[in-house]
Amino acid sequence: MSSYLSLAIWVPIIGGVAVLVLGRDRDAGNARWIALLGALAGFLVTIPLYTHFDNATSAIQFVERRDWIPYFDIYYHLGVDGISVLFILLNSFTTLLVVWAGWEVIQSRVAQYMAAFLIMSGLINGAFAALDGILFYVFFEAMLIPMYLIIGVWGGERRVYAAIKFFLYTLLGSLLMLVAFIYLYQQTGTFALEDWYRLPLSLATQVMIFIAFFAAFAVKVPMWPVHTWLPDAHTEAPTGGSVVLAAITLKIGGYGFVRFILPIVPDASHYLAPFVITISLIAIVYIGFVALVQTDMKKLIAYSSISHMGFVTLGFFLFNQLGVEGGLAQMVSHGFVSAAMFLCVGVMYDRMHTRMIADYGGVVNTMPKFAAFMMFFAMANSGLPATSGFVGEFMVILAAVQVNFWLGFAAAISLILGAAYTLWMYKRVIFGDVANAHVAALKDLSRREFWLLGTVAVAVLVMGIWPRPFIDVMHVSVVDLLAHVAKSKIPMP
Amino acid sequence: MNPVMLNLMAVLPEVVILTAASIILLVDLFLPDNRRHVSYWMTQFALLLALCITLQTMHIDAVRVFHNLVIDDLIADFLRLFSFVAVSLVLFYSRTYMTERGLFRGEIFVLILFALLGMQVLITANSFVTLYLGLELMSLSLYALVAIQRDETAPVEAAMKYFVLGALASGFLLYGMSMIYGATGTLQIDAVAQAVLGRTDNPVLLVLGVVFIVSAIAFKFGAVPYHMWVPDVYQGAPTAITLLIGSAPKFAAFAMILRLLAGALGGAEGNWQGMLIVLCVLSMTLGHIVAIAQTNLKRMLAYSSIANMGYVLMGFMAGDVTGFSAALFYIVAYVLTTLAGFGVMLLLSRRGFEADQIDDLKGLNQRSPWWAFVMLLVMFSLAGMPPTIGFYGKLLVLQSAINAGYVWLAVVGVLAALIGAFYYLRIVKLMYFDDPVDTSPIESRKDTRVLLSANGLSLLVFGILPQPLMGLCAVALVQSQYY
Repeated sequence: MSSYLSLAIWVPIIGGVAVLVLGRDRDAGNARWIALLGALAGFLVTIPLYTHFDNATSAIQFVERRDWIPYFDIYYHLGVDGISVLFILLNSFTTLLVVWAGWEVIQSRVAQYMAAFLIMSGLINGAFAALDGILFYVFFEAMLIPMYLIIGVWGGERRVYAAIKFFLYTLLGSLLMLVAFIYLYQQTGTFALEDWYRLPLSLATQVMIFIAFFAAFAVKVPMWPVHTWLPDAHTEAPTGGSVVLAAITLKIGGYGFVRFILPIVPDASHYLAPFVITISLIAIVYIGFVALVQTDMKKLIAYSSISHMGFVTLGFFLFNQLGVEGGLAQMVSHGFVSAAMFLCVGVMYDRMHTRMIADYGGVVNTMPKFAAFMMFFAMANSGLPATSGFVGEFMVILAAVQVNFWLGFAAAISLILGAAYTLWMYKRVIFGDVANAHVAALKDLSRREFWLLGTVAVAVLVMGIWPRPFIDVMHVSVVDLLAHVAKSKIPMP
Repeated sequence: MNPVMLNLMAVLPEVVILTAASIILLVDLFLPDNRRHVSYWMTQFALLLALCITLQTMHIDAVRVFHNLVIDDLIADFLRLFSFVAVSLVLFYSRTYMTERGLFRGEIFVLILFALLGMQVLITANSFVTLYLGLELMSLSLYALVAIQRDETAPVEAAMKYFVLGALASGFLLYGMSMIYGATGTLQIDAVAQAVLGRTDNPVLLVLGVVFIVSAIAFKFGAVPYHMWVPDVYQGAPTAITLLIGSAPKFAAFAMILRLLAGALGGAEGNWQGMLIVLCVLSMTLGHIVAIAQTNLKRMLAYSSIANMGYVLMGFMAGDVTGFSAALFYIVAYVLTTLAGFGVMLLLSRRGFEADQIDDLKGLNQRSPWWAFVMLLVMFSLAGMPPTIGFYGKLLVLQSAINAGYVWLAVVGVLAALIGAFYYLRIVKLMYFDDPVDTSPIESRKDTRVLLSANGLSLLVFGILPQPLMGLCAVALVQSQYY
C-alpha cells in the first residue's frame, strides 16, 4: 500500500496548521515562507502520482484502504485512476501559484489567508482521491469552510453576500446528494463507490438519484440556471480565491459527473442526456452572450468560465470517447487558462483597485510585458489552436458533430463568442490611448509576477502543442468508463 | 453479602451525589463569603467521585433493585457519566461568571446537585413512579436555579413561565401514566412493555395514554408545538444556568423518551411514531426559521436547540436500535457543542456585561483567533458540517430515517438544515468578516481556558474519528436490550 495520496492530502493540511500555529500576523514574512514551503512540499509529493502512474490500466491505483468508521462500514479508501490523477496535480500546482500570487498582495491576516488555501488544497485532493461516499462527502463539504472565509474575509465590497450565497447554494446541492448516498448505502450496505457501480437500480430510482447528484454537481460546475452564485463569488473573492474557485472547485463538479452520475446511474444519464445537453448548450451560447455585455473584468471571466464548463458537461453526455476525453481535457485546460486570466486581472487590480473595464485603456503603453502575457492568455481563453484552450473545445465539438451536426454547430458558435468577448475586453483594457492618469502611472510586472504568469503560460502552451501526455493518462480509464456506462443497470424482470 | 448492600451498589452514584449535596448544604452555612470556593471544589470532587464510582461499578448486565423500581443498566451508566461530565464542565465554565454576579453561593451548588440527582433517578427509573419522581426533582431544582437572581425581573419571569408550563407537562405525564396503568394494570416499565406487546384490554385508553405521554416528552425536549418555554428560559436565565439547562437535562430527556417510548411503549410503536414525525418536522422547520430572526444569541441558541431536538426525534422515530443510538449520538454531539458555545459566551461576559447579543461576537477573530475558531467549530457543528461531530449526528439520524423508509423525512431534514446553516453562517460572518466593536481583552481562569479549548477541539477530533463514540452509543443501547 503506497501512501502518496495520503501525503497529497495531509501534507498541505499540516502545512496549513503549521502556518496558523507558527505564523504571527505581525511577522507576515514568516507565515509566507512557511506557506510556500508547505505548498511546495504539497506539490512535490504529488509528482510521484504522475511518474509512477500506469497508463495502460483503468484500474484504481495507489489504493489505500483503512478502517475509519467500522460501525458504519465507512473506510478511509483512497485511490486514483486516469480521470482523477490529473486534477490532484492541477490542484497542488494551483495552490503553489496562489500562495505565490498572494505574496505581497495580502497584507491583513496573512497567516490565516495562507493557511486557508493550504488546508483547502488538502481537502480538494481528498475529494478527488476518495473512493468512499462519506469520505468524499466530508472532503467535499469541508472545503466550503475555508472558501467561505476566504471570500468573506479578504473579498471585495459585497463579499458577505457573495460568501453566504456561495455557501448556501453549494450546501443545498450537497445535502440532497447526502440523502442519495444514504439511500445507496441502504441498498448496498456499503459506502464503497465500486459497489455502487455494480448496484442494479430501476429507472425511476435512478432518475431520483440522478436528480440528487445533479443538484450537487450542477451547482458546483456550475450549469445554467444554477450558476448565479458564481459571478458573485468569483467577483468578490480575492485573486487567489477566484483562481482556486475557477481552476479547481468547479472541476469537482465536472469530476462528480464522471465519478458518480455516469457510472452509478447510467440509464438515467442516457435517459436525461437530452436535457443535460440542452442546458449545456444554453450555458455555452447564452452565457457567452451574457459575458459579452459585462463591464466588470472579473465578472466577464466568471461568465466565460460558465460557458467553458458548458463544454465539459456537453462532452460528458455525448457518451463517446472523444466527448468525454474532450470534456476532461477542457477541465484541465480551463484550470490553467482561467487561473491565468484571474491572475492577470489581479495584477491590474492590485495597482488600480478597480475591476471596471471602463477605468482602463491603453495599458499596453505602460505595461508592455503584462500586455503580452495577457494577449496570450486571452487567445487561450478564446480557444486559439496551439493553446490548451483549443484542445478540449475542438474534441468536444468533433464529438458533437459525430452525434449530430447541428449540435456541433451550436457548440462551435461559442468559439466565435469566446473570441468576441475576450478580445473585445482585451482591446478596451489594453489597447488605445492611455485612458487616465492612473493608467499612466502603472508599473510593469514585478519579477514575482513575471515568473508567476510565465509558469502558467508554459503550462498552457505545452498542453496546447503536445496534449498527448494528458490524454494518454486518461485514455484507458475513459474507455472503461464508457464501456460501463453503455451497460444498462436496470434489473431484468 | 447482605442483600441491602447489594442493592445500594446499583445506586452508589446517586448515594454519593445525595450525600455530597447534604454535606455541602451544611458546610456552606459555616463558610465565610471569601471561602466559598470550598463548596465549589467539594461539588467538583463529588462529581469526580461519582464519575469514578460509575466507571468502577459499570457492568454489562442490567440490575433491577428496590422491587424493580430502579434499573442499573449500561445505558444508565453511560447517561450518568455524560451528565457528570456535563455538569462539571458547566461549573468550570461559569465560575468566573457566577463570582462576578454574586451567584457563587452555596445554594447554587446544592440545587445543581439536586437537579443532577433528579436526572440520575430519571435515568435509572424502571417504574413510572420513579421516573416521575426523578423528573420532578430535576425540574423543581431547575425552576429554582432559573429564579436564583430573585431581584431581577427577567429571570423571575422566565422561572415563572418555566414552572407553570412545566407543571402542566408534569400533569400531562401523570395523566398519561394513569391511563396506561388503567390499560395495563401496572406502573412497572418492564411489565407495561409485556402488557402492551400482549393483550390490551382497552386499546383506546392505551392510545390516549400514549398521546399524553408523548406530549409530556415533547415538552421536556422543547419540541414544537410544546416549545414556548425554551426561548424565554434560555434568554431569561443567567447564562450559567442556561448552559446547565441546555446540557445535562438533555440526557435526562433522552432517558425519559427511551424508558417510556422505547421501553414501556415499544409495542405501541405504531401509535407514537406518527406523532414523533409531526413533532420532528415542526421542530426542525420552525426552530430553524424562527432562529433566523433572533438578535439575542441565547434566544437564537434556544431555537437552535428546538430544531436540534427535532433531529433527535427523527432518530427516535425510526423505533429500532439504529435509530435510538443515532438519537443518543446526536444528543451527545449536541451537548458537547452547546457546552463549548455557551462556554465561549461566558468567557466573553464580564462584570456588568452580558455577551448575549449576537453583535457581541463581532470581530472576535481579531480579538482572539483561538476563541473565534472554537466558536466556528461550534457553529459548523450545529449546522452539521463535516469535519465536525455535528455532521455524524445528522448522518446517523438521516440514515435511521431512510432505514425506516422515510426518505421524504430525511429530505425535509436536510432542507431544514440548509435554513439553519444560514444563521450559523451569520455568526461566523460576524466573527470573521466584521470589525470588533468591543476590544476589551478576554480574561479567564486557566482551568476554564484549558477545558474549553479541549471541549472545542473535541468537536473536531470526534468529527475526524467518530468511531469510538458511535460504537459506545450503539453498544450501550444493545446491551441494555433496546432493540
